[in-house]
Amino acid sequence: MNKKPLEFYSEPLPGVDPMELHGKLIVIEGPDAVGRSTQVTALKAWLEQEGHAVLDTGMARSALAGKGIQKAKEGNTLGAVTMTLYYATDFADRLENEIIPALRAGFVVLTDRYIFSIMARAIARHEDPAWIRHVTGFGLVPHAIYYLRTEVNDLVSRVVVGRGHFDYWESGMDFRFGEDMYESFMRYQKRLIRALDGMAKVYGFVTIDARRSPAEIHNELRRQIGKLNLKIVNGKPGR
Amino acid sequence: MANPPANPLFAPNRYRGKLIVVEGIDGSGKSTQIALLSQWLRAQGYAVAFSEWNSSPIVHETTRRGKKKEMFTPTTFSLIHATDFADRTERYILPLIKAGAVVCADRYAYTAFARDVARGVGRQWVRNLYRFAIRPNLSFYFRVPLDVALGRILGGRDAIKYYEAGQDLGLSRDVEESFRIFQGRILDEYEAMSREVGFHVIDATQSIEEQQQRMRAIVLRHLGRSLEKSVLRAPRVVFQ
Repeated sequence: MNKKPLEFYSEPLPGVDPMELHGKLIVIEGPDAVGRSTQVTALKAWLEQEGHAVLDTGMARSALAGKGIQKAKEGNTLGAVTMTLYYATDFADRLENEIIPALRAGFVVLTDRYIFSIMARAIARHEDPAWIRHVTGFGLVPHAIYYLRTEVNDLVSRVVVGRGHFDYWESGMDFRFGEDMYESFMRYQKRLIRALDGMAKVYGFVTIDARRSPAEIHNELRRQIGKLNLKIVNGKPGR
Repeated sequence: MANPPANPLFAPNRYRGKLIVVEGIDGSGKSTQIALLSQWLRAQGYAVAFSEWNSSPIVHETTRRGKKKEMFTPTTFSLIHATDFADRTERYILPLIKAGAVVCADRYAYTAFARDVARGVGRQWVRNLYRFAIRPNLSFYFRVPLDVALGRILGGRDAIKYYEAGQDLGLSRDVEESFRIFQGRILDEYEAMSREVGFHVIDATQSIEEQQQRMRAIVLRHLGRSLEKSVLRAPRVVFQ
């Protein structure tokens, strides 16, 4: 069981042999402000406690393109295709230089977002779904994809209470989906949720109801990860 | 999740403006020729704009740093150039073509088709990557034997750069030898795609004048009337 090698979605990466990848690849997906990074932090601590080496990574954090993306977002002339491809570059750099080496070394890789967020953002901006699916086809098929799902009304309260303001990009203001940031946020985030919902079945997301408390979500994620048959370390504390 | 069916290359140009591109390996003389062609078009009163490969201000710094620190893999090299191209398309080429200009491009998506495949990325993958690009009205390919091109380049400039020579691929320890092998692969890719993408092939061993003569004849034959009818003209008097 569970010895199946990882695969690429549609496009093999030059120079990578999936047979060498012994770690586990776990993806946390979901819209903006749903609480993904809180969960990644808590899961990492738990997994390390259990004796697993963990790499956590997330969008726009690559050594190659992270800074460039931040800078491009500070201006106001980043087009939809350019943004999509910049994020794809960032993802490829992290996949080849962080995720794959960690999987070779037997790590558990926890990634905050994956190709699905890149695809959802592109689709929400009217890009062709077949195009972006093929572009990101070099992604590895993860062992599990946990989709933290909620409604836009829940997201808006998280943004208002949590941050106290709307973010330009989270509101899709580059496309002006509505006449102000609130209207645009609501329409754009609905489009993102619809796009992610549309992928859930195709890509085998495990959908997690994210309207609950962070602790309840954490416990559910632990239960789900328990099904992945991670190697057990004996002599760990707390059991 | 299998590969999507083969889609047509590029988005159709439904606008007033025209797009003319030149392709070929380093040392084929294409930059000289497109510069002469755009001057000729400008002299006839057309609004002409020029777009160079690898010139987007928001991507440039990332590419520069990646090259300097040798951070690229075949996939990220391909993606960052597509990002650069997307930015130029969205902010420059497309709006200008909509406005009715003749846009002359020194290298286009075909450069990626040839070079990225020579580096090892999938042929269909890189074609799909550039599907958002505007389809050129005319694509010129400057055909030149490898040794002629190498002779022009190796004599003429100081150092061949790391990625230009394909040294990331470990083809040879010797820079010139690596460059030769890599450019040879690129040349093979250009030749293989020539019919698929409908290149107008120019014999780049001919004199500069003969090549230019041929380009102008092809432009007149294929675009002559629509240039006159639809393309934007430069104002007669430019106020300073």
